[in-house]
Amino acid sequence: MSLRALLHAPSQARVGEVVEIRATAAHPMETGYRRSSDGDLLPRNLLRHVSATFDGQTVFSAEFHAAVSANPYLSFWLRVPGSGQLVVRWVADGGITHELKHDLRASTAAG
Amino acid sequence: MAKGTDESTGISRREVVVAGAALAAWQHSAAQLSGNPAAMQAAVAAFTGGRTPLPGRVELDIAPLVENGNTVPVSVRVSSAMTATDHVRRIALFTERNPQSEVAVFNLSLLSGRAEVATRMRLATSQRVLALAELQDGSYRQRAVDVVVTLAACVEGG
Repeated sequence: MSLRALLHAPSQARVGEVVEIRATAAHPMETGYRRSSDGDLLPRNLLRHVSATFDGQTVFSAEFHAAVSANPYLSFWLRVPGSGQLVVRWVADGGITHELKHDLRASTAAG
Repeated sequence: MAKGTDESTGISRREVVVAGAALAAWQHSAAQLSGNPAAMQAAVAAFTGGRTPLPGRVELDIAPLVENGNTVPVSVRVSSAMTATDHVRRIALFTERNPQSEVAVFNLSLLSGRAEVATRMRLATSQRVLALAELQDGSYRQRAVDVVVTLAACVEGG
């Protein structure tokens, strides 16, 4: 099984510019507290961890608990160190992982 | 009220009722498991290693009045230059009355550039939401906001 996910990030930026990265994954974030219509407790199934690296360097990571809404949305920021590849990785219960890659081209010219 | 789809919104009555029932179930289990302020204090102490957070520098942006507790936009911004000598290491969100106090922990780096994160969270009931930030010197800052959850859908569903 895999996850579906979306990653929004600019493809071009200036070196040193701080840009917003937005990431969403399709995941139910089942809390483990809810019951089905038959009265059975629905097993906990959470997306636990999201991490981002830029050319192998850690930029950001997040740990999610049950109180994060279904289809977890995340926004964070990156100070562009130069051209490179942003990799965002999601880890969910059941050993499900997903990775998206995004190339970012940086220019040194001002403006 | 007419059966079927309300043409002005495109949302069927069934959808409203189902959403309401789901929220009612979530609320019910929240009451059962009785998340409480003491649990939040314990979770906060676990995050800070027992250090007392100071006020200031943290902004917590969340609506004070929420209709749908299933998905509440929340953002945290910490005033910080994000340089080697002045940066934010971690940001965390806690709730007072959800079944579990912890919501999320965000780990930042110097590549973050800006100490700001946003996500969407669940609120089981009206309660206090707390944002904490760990700074590079090992000190903690906090900001709390009281949120009222109206759950208008529950009137019909639950």
